[in-house]
Amino acid sequence: MDKHVVVIGGGVAGLECAGRLGRMGHRVTLLEKKESTGGHAARWYQLFPDRRPGSEIADYLHKLANHPNVTIITGLGVESFSRKGEGFHIKTGGVDFIKADVIVVATGFDLFDAAKKEEYGYGIYNNVITSAELEDMFRKGEILTTTGVEPERVGIVHCVGSRDEKTGNCHCSKVCCVTAVKQAIEIREHLPATQVFCFYMDMRMFGPYYEELYRESQEKWNVNFIRGKVSEASENINGRLVVKVEDTLASRPLRMELDMLVLMSGMVMSKSGADLAKRSGLATGKNRFLAGLDHHYGTNKSAIKGVFYAGACIAPMNITDSLSHARGAALEVSDYLKKGIDS
Amino acid sequence: MNRFGFTITKGRLIDYDANDHSLAEIVMEQEPSLALCIACGCCGATCTAGGHTGFSLRRINLSLKRGENDTLRQEIARCMLCGKCTMLCPMGVNTRNIILTVRNTLKVLDGYAY
Amino acid sequence: MRIELFILPFNIGLWFILVYCVARCIIWFRDLSRPDKLRLQRGFFGRAFVQSLREIFMESLLHRNIFRVNPVLGYMHMSLAFGWFLLIVFGTIEADIFGDSHLNPPHKAIFFRFYHPEPASGRVEIFFTFLMDLILAFILSGLLLAIIKRFRSKIAGLKKSARHTFTDRVALVSLWMIFPSRLLAESFTSAQYGSGGFLTGNLGAILVAIMPAQQMAIPFWWLYSISLGTFFILLPRTRYLHIPVELFLIFMRNSGIRTGDRSGTFSDVGIHSCSSCGICLNSCQMALSAGVTHMQPLYLHKEIRESREINGVAFNCLMCGRCEEICPVGLETTAIRMIQRREPLTGNDMLGIWKGFMRQAGATGNGKEIPANGFTDVSGTNGTSFSYLKKTPGRKSKVAFFAGCMTHLTPSVIRAMESIFREAGIDYTFIDREKGVCCGRPLMLAGQEKEARELINHNSFLIGESEARILVTPCPICYKVFSESYYSGLEVMHHSQYIDSLITSGRLRLKYTGRSVVWHDPCELGRGSGVYDEPRNVLRHIAQLCKSLEEKEMGLCCGGSLGNFKSGREVRRRITEDAAAILVSSGASTIATGCPLCKKTFTPASEIPVRDIAELVTDAFYTVSNASFVADLEPATMNIEK
Repeated sequence: MDKHVVVIGGGVAGLECAGRLGRMGHRVTLLEKKESTGGHAARWYQLFPDRRPGSEIADYLHKLANHPNVTIITGLGVESFSRKGEGFHIKTGGVDFIKADVIVVATGFDLFDAAKKEEYGYGIYNNVITSAELEDMFRKGEILTTTGVEPERVGIVHCVGSRDEKTGNCHCSKVCCVTAVKQAIEIREHLPATQVFCFYMDMRMFGPYYEELYRESQEKWNVNFIRGKVSEASENINGRLVVKVEDTLASRPLRMELDMLVLMSGMVMSKSGADLAKRSGLATGKNRFLAGLDHHYGTNKSAIKGVFYAGACIAPMNITDSLSHARGAALEVSDYLKKGIDS
Repeated sequence: MNRFGFTITKGRLIDYDANDHSLAEIVMEQEPSLALCIACGCCGATCTAGGHTGFSLRRINLSLKRGENDTLRQEIARCMLCGKCTMLCPMGVNTRNIILTVRNTLKVLDGYAY
Repeated sequence: MRIELFILPFNIGLWFILVYCVARCIIWFRDLSRPDKLRLQRGFFGRAFVQSLREIFMESLLHRNIFRVNPVLGYMHMSLAFGWFLLIVFGTIEADIFGDSHLNPPHKAIFFRFYHPEPASGRVEIFFTFLMDLILAFILSGLLLAIIKRFRSKIAGLKKSARHTFTDRVALVSLWMIFPSRLLAESFTSAQYGSGGFLTGNLGAILVAIMPAQQMAIPFWWLYSISLGTFFILLPRTRYLHIPVELFLIFMRNSGIRTGDRSGTFSDVGIHSCSSCGICLNSCQMALSAGVTHMQPLYLHKEIRESREINGVAFNCLMCGRCEEICPVGLETTAIRMIQRREPLTGNDMLGIWKGFMRQAGATGNGKEIPANGFTDVSGTNGTSFSYLKKTPGRKSKVAFFAGCMTHLTPSVIRAMESIFREAGIDYTFIDREKGVCCGRPLMLAGQEKEARELINHNSFLIGESEARILVTPCPICYKVFSESYYSGLEVMHHSQYIDSLITSGRLRLKYTGRSVVWHDPCELGRGSGVYDEPRNVLRHIAQLCKSLEEKEMGLCCGGSLGNFKSGREVRRRITEDAAAILVSSGASTIATGCPLCKKTFTPASEIPVRDIAELVTDAFYTVSNASFVADLEPATMNIEK
């Protein structure tokens, strides 16, 4: 039984799925469009809720996927695939097709382009950064404004590009709230003299120990939480950022000067994944993520026999759930390969 | 001794059952998107009138939903209909129509129109 | 003298409609304001009169404007209108020459073949018989098209067909029956007497082979008369009232009368000149993209005529102006709708207008007096809505910059304009940098003129204090209201016009970036203010300008519209997506626009970047900065690399 599984996407879910399938005895090729694998997770400094180093996950994944049955090809993006007999032909932009019996789509997510929420001033004012860029600062070990000084006051805006009909994304990106809390704690730990304000609509602490992290942020780290969606930011004459927000709990407008504004950019369907879906006939849902065959018990399956889904390409997910989902995909693939296309 | 009674002082109390919800019902019928409001305050934050006075659409929506109509009459005149709130509302509430509907309904209820 | 009974329905109908039209026109004339009365009187003599006759011929008969929309549709309307006109004219001449006497009563001309069924003798009479048959065939060809169009509207290029009332449909059926019944009546009569032209004679000969001509003729003459009579009697209650009323409209318009701000004779005449042709419906993005088909001008006018509650209809319009652009009758649809928004309580009571009751200020539908300060309780605010505004003037300079409410949500535009001012060495005052006040146009669009005037006064004070000569704004909505309703005496410019002048005067030197852009005409700037060329001039300096399928006068609305108060996110999203798709299909790599509302609306819906024209201009700066002295005016040589 020399069936060939191709995993499209070398992020968290892709590596986990490829590693598992390889260890189950299947021949797997993993295609990653970037020059290195690891996906977005490679960028994170510490992970919630326990603040363990993100590099530990990267190490775990690379060890898992490092198996003789698994071939990893980087720098190769997939354009489309089509049915060929019982298997598929995968088009990558080169001359030849890659033949596969099973495809696992693990194209993951993109971060919302904060420049599209122009009123927050990303790319226009100084010191407006995204949560991902803040992680870069954490990894470098320094949190500095553009003038090279440490910020005295940092604001964090929740729901940027999520739950916002005006950006075209009505869905909740799930992980931003806990990320904001984590980052608030990290800022406070690194810069004990700095005040941190989180501007939220809701506090979505859905996972195990997330709510406890929220409590810790207030109890131990004195992070401030203001319930109000920031409408716009501007720069005042001193170059400091000013946010306009309503303190809805106090029922009054609030004006505040900040040195840095962190935008929690949400998760959206990845562009390359969306193009792949369109060209290859994969159904997407109203939130533009891929639509699994069934919402409860069929999230790893697509409507096309032999094509499976793993990870955040079907919905915003944290790393834990991406790994679990990828394992589910591996199980479905394995089942399918045993029973054949007519099962 | 009534020191530790559970009665909330009348002025602060939202007596939901005693309040008149007919205005809210009429507005909700004409502009169903009012139901989408999660009171995030983005409208009030960006409001042009809110930059000069205490006007906030979020508060208006809330007063409306709770049946607290007395403050509405004065407040509702302050809106400039500029549309910034409509442009920013994340839930897609048709904010300006709520203002217009409240104004028109008040006209009808006061007997100036039919 | 033979008096046949069947001529009665026709005569009753004809005299009824003639008396009705004359009476209506007299009442309308009487209700005109004094200046308008003088205009109309002047308009009946001199150039305006000839112009009106020409327009009546080209539009009411030949329907040239409809031909421009679609040739098949144009032919269809023309054949009925022009054909019927020719039938009447030549029929009258025919009856005059070949009839019993000159100056015959109308039914002698209409039923000429009945009264003179003998074959034609002499070349002139034969020619007339041929001519009448030819005109009848002409009309019938259009009628056939009209019937097909009812079932397959696409043949006339119409994607949406207009819904008609029951009365309209009865009138339509009677209209459609007029000419076929004339054809059959004349054919049977011709068959009886062996006369008739190429159409009626031959058809008669065919028919008489199958059925008795003797008996068949009279019933069809009856049908002809009844169809005519029914049509005439129903006319005032249907869309066909446009036939006589449009003539009056043309004379009034060519005399210089316009719709204005208040309801009156001209707006009323306009509403009754609407033929419900449906061309506005077919250019309306609310209908085409979002399937909303109850608020277009043809429906609005119907609602007004029936004095129905029109709030939901009047306020549910994007106010984009595409319908007005394409209306073949040239109705000022935007102005008519604005009147409804301003005067919702005075009602559209036709009886009231006839009696002139509604002219009184302060009268409402149920007689209660409108309080002086409007309807809202402003007792705590000195009787005005916006007395809470404080006037704090800023500095003085030659150029005043007014961003506007929406531009504060697109700070990239403000930044770009600040860069441009700096680059060109312009000293300016930013009027609404902090604590801005709305320009007032959104309130005007809601019909709240009085409240808008308060905001206008506030902003006018601030602008006046700056002692500026030029007012620059990046928002077309502000631009339109500054130009039309602010009496500030300074030159108002949209930022695209201002940038164009900076380029022309040499204060701004830009390089050609080579990127391909498509310009989106904002509704308020293009159709609203007539500014089409300056933005394109600017863009051509710095980029490759692509054409869009719908642009300039027929440019699309982005869907952001501050003019629409009723429609929510679903309707707008569909309009935006369709409009964005058309712009993207131009092949450009960037959508360029001059309106912050358009920019914000298009951004989530467009695959390609959406940029304001000011941003594109800053991208075209040379990296070497110009000297920033105002006095250093260099001659207008431009360094354009193409």
